[in-house]
Amino acid sequence: MKRKDFLQMAGMGLGSLALPRLPFGTRMIDPSEALQGGMDVAAKKQLADAALNAARSAGATYADVRIGRYLNQFVTTRENRVQNIANTESFGVGIRVIANGSWGFAATNDVTPDGMAKTAAKAVAVAKANSKIIDEPVQLAPQKGYGEVSWKTPIVKNTFEVPLKEKIDLLLTANGIAMSGGASFINSAILAIDEQKYFASTDGSYIDQDIHRLYPNFNVTKIDKASGKFQTRRSLSSPVGMGYEYLTCGPENKVQGIVTRYKDRYDILEDVKNATADVAQKITAKSVEAGKYDLVLDPSHLWLTIHESVAHPTELDRVLGYEANFAGTSFLSMDKLKSNNFHYGSKLMNIHADKLQAGSLGAVGYDDEGVKCGEWELVKDGVLVNFQAIRDQAHILGLPHSQGCCYSQSWSDVQFQRMPNVSLMPGKERLSVDDIIKDVKKGIYIVGDGSFSIDQQRYNFQFGGQMFYEIQDGKIVGMLKDVAYQAINQEFWNSLVAVADERDYRMGGAFNDGKGQPQQANAVSHGAATARFNGVNVINTARKLG
Amino acid sequence: MSIYNKEQAQKLLQKVLAFSKADECEVSLGGSESGNIRYARNSVSTAGEIGQLRLAVSSSYGKKTGTATIDEFDDASLEKVVRRSEELAQLAPENPEHMPLLGPQTFADSITYVQATADITPDTRAEAVGKSIKVSKDAKLQAAGYLENTNSFEAIANSKGLFAYNKSTDVIFTITTRNEEGTGSGYAARGFNDVTKLDTYSATKVATTKATGSIGAKAIEPGKYTVILEPVAVAYMLENMFFGLDARNADEGRSFMSKPGGGNRLGEQLMDSKVSIYSDPFNAELPSSTWNREGQPLDKRAWIENGVVKNLSYSRYWAQKKNVDPVPGPGNIIMAGGTESIEDMIKSTEKGVLVSRLWYIRMVDPQTLLLTGLTRDGTFYIENGEIKFPVKNFRFNESPVIMLNNVESLGRPERSISVESYRSYLVPPMKVRDFTFSSLSDAV
Repeated sequence: MKRKDFLQMAGMGLGSLALPRLPFGTRMIDPSEALQGGMDVAAKKQLADAALNAARSAGATYADVRIGRYLNQFVTTRENRVQNIANTESFGVGIRVIANGSWGFAATNDVTPDGMAKTAAKAVAVAKANSKIIDEPVQLAPQKGYGEVSWKTPIVKNTFEVPLKEKIDLLLTANGIAMSGGASFINSAILAIDEQKYFASTDGSYIDQDIHRLYPNFNVTKIDKASGKFQTRRSLSSPVGMGYEYLTCGPENKVQGIVTRYKDRYDILEDVKNATADVAQKITAKSVEAGKYDLVLDPSHLWLTIHESVAHPTELDRVLGYEANFAGTSFLSMDKLKSNNFHYGSKLMNIHADKLQAGSLGAVGYDDEGVKCGEWELVKDGVLVNFQAIRDQAHILGLPHSQGCCYSQSWSDVQFQRMPNVSLMPGKERLSVDDIIKDVKKGIYIVGDGSFSIDQQRYNFQFGGQMFYEIQDGKIVGMLKDVAYQAINQEFWNSLVAVADERDYRMGGAFNDGKGQPQQANAVSHGAATARFNGVNVINTARKLG
Repeated sequence: MSIYNKEQAQKLLQKVLAFSKADECEVSLGGSESGNIRYARNSVSTAGEIGQLRLAVSSSYGKKTGTATIDEFDDASLEKVVRRSEELAQLAPENPEHMPLLGPQTFADSITYVQATADITPDTRAEAVGKSIKVSKDAKLQAAGYLENTNSFEAIANSKGLFAYNKSTDVIFTITTRNEEGTGSGYAARGFNDVTKLDTYSATKVATTKATGSIGAKAIEPGKYTVILEPVAVAYMLENMFFGLDARNADEGRSFMSKPGGGNRLGEQLMDSKVSIYSDPFNAELPSSTWNREGQPLDKRAWIENGVVKNLSYSRYWAQKKNVDPVPGPGNIIMAGGTESIEDMIKSTEKGVLVSRLWYIRMVDPQTLLLTGLTRDGTFYIENGEIKFPVKNFRFNESPVIMLNNVESLGRPERSISVESYRSYLVPPMKVRDFTFSSLSDAV
């Protein structure tokens, strides 16, 4: 995941007339334009058919067309002022073909019959040029056409319909709570995405989808002037596949404990108050003593560990070597899968992949190559049982059809294998977070995600967090700082000794998981209940500069 | 047409400015044509081509600014985009950090454009990749690589009479080769403005030599080692520091450039005296535009000189607040080097580790710039002036600021790409002592 890029994108065009650096093919719009429907479905079908016919007559044996309208809204603030409001729209078409057994792709923002024909011909020319240097033709898993179908994220309140002023007021109120509570700085933002995607293929599918995502967040900073040290505490919100209703939070959505965490909904004003107190406590917290600890990981933290250590290594393109030059390969292999005896983790490790879960970032009706989405097991009772595949990979797993994991970040990028939601199933026995903590003699309870790094085959990882609470003899005794844990993937998952039951199951996620060349972002959620891992190596990260 | 020449761009921008009724108006026009080809397992996987042209207009009334963009260029559309930016400006909250636009500036012509790169076709790309795949097959290895070329231009003009234009070309090639058993891996990355300098054959040779040489890696204990970092590893290690050369963050107390008690570290000796870092738009190996998006001219400028912090960037707002001259951020980053070759560095090393590349670098602590990440694609143990054997990869926890206090020697700078950011830097190989490896990884 490329958080750096995400933060740069979120903070674009700060405080000056400097024109924002927009993603390719993106234009700034008036907020009201986002609410206009865009091109109607009949017109899209007509244009898509023109492209499919042009591709066929240029020699394509398969073609798909994605006409996409991608709407973004960013509101970013700091302390008492708005830094930036950006409303963007990106509209265009991407055409992917197979010709002479090879893939070709071309894209344009000229969404006219002429633009379609030219772009289809260009995609076929690219495929033909490449066919001279391929060894094996593309094998595409069969896919029946669905005819004309549609799917929408089941939102309650469209974020784009909420007046800008309401969003600005909410963020500035949150900022005010932090500043009056003693914070030195606060940055906050609301990011909203609406992907209006139309897919058509020579298989006979015409799929119209409208997908919504939202991410409200903040970062509170406190500086201790005397020592020159500073600490930050980020919001415990998640990016979600929901509308603005995410910000309407009732008592049933709050998980009480040493710090309040959130399930399905989010209370930004309460969390910012807590964060302001937490950041002050972090300054004076005890620096951790390096050594082995039992870790109790909250879902607001564990989602990222699952993302890096399970979701990425089970991507079939990584296993096969297609990502070797960038994101990397995987410590998993076809042999390990086929053995049906590769003990990834303890018996409590049950990992599901899905593209359906309500409120998740990965939820869609159909993927970006026209495959209806579903759910499947990746790890069952600790044993590796499956990977994630798309149409041109299904035959490698011996599957009769794709698992529906194909995604492209925009019309201008080619679609490829991206992870679905990948989640740790809650424990089957009734077990609360307090039950887990009370059995720990020497441990650390970690809430919120922080620094993250993992090698290119996903063996060795290191994670930080937002809050670290020291556990001694079954009780939380105070806050720690300078904590990071390092582990070897398979050892870590085999040290899983407890998972809370479904009452504690919550999702976290990433708006901007990076993969591919050119690099593309994917939004994905990961669910978990609080889990305990025994005997994990914790390092102290404090250093001194000259 | 996605690429305008200077006269065409100026004419269009003037036409747009003529529609403006706001207090201030700034217009930018940018276009690009790019193509890419990606391959893995010695065969092409995906490839594509894309072209685009876009116009953005920012209008201001007092301290209120609105921006609108468009990709249609008839007169009615041009007027519409100006009106829309004006409407958005009226609706926008006041920005207390708003700065008035700059008037006319003098910009030198850059050296960022090379016609040969602009002339690349899908067939040229396929041919270059074909050569790379052949080297890999001959070495009985699996190649995964990526080649991308871009031809682009950017122009800005404003209602105070400023106009700037730049066009540039770029080609990037990265290659990883691995053996079938997955026990050896090698990498090479090349980036140029001029495609005639790109030799996919020799770059792939470097990757295959590293891959073969890294087979049979042994585990050695993590700990503090003298390391020799190849230029690409240096680029990964230092870029987080380059991003942080900003006065505002430092003055606000939230950067490694902050001084305890307040203020920043300008003028302080922060690193070894062998360290000098600067930017220069006219560097022949790594040229940059001669202006930035605010219309400020970019000149040669020292950031770190002989280990002393010489400059931090000051936005125009922050400069005014601090009563100093604005300092635009760097357009490129160059670190001065020495004359030693990597072979010389190995010869003078009693015990150490040669690092070909680093990976997955993340900030652990921004106040000390402590980073974590791993070695990748060829790590070798050195003893008594010789490479003895390949070693397993390490995770490191190290701050580039601490590392640059421990420099033993520097070699000749090379243009190097970090694919964490897709930015290129001109940096030397370096030998540093006491580099902290914290654990081992089985990753190859």
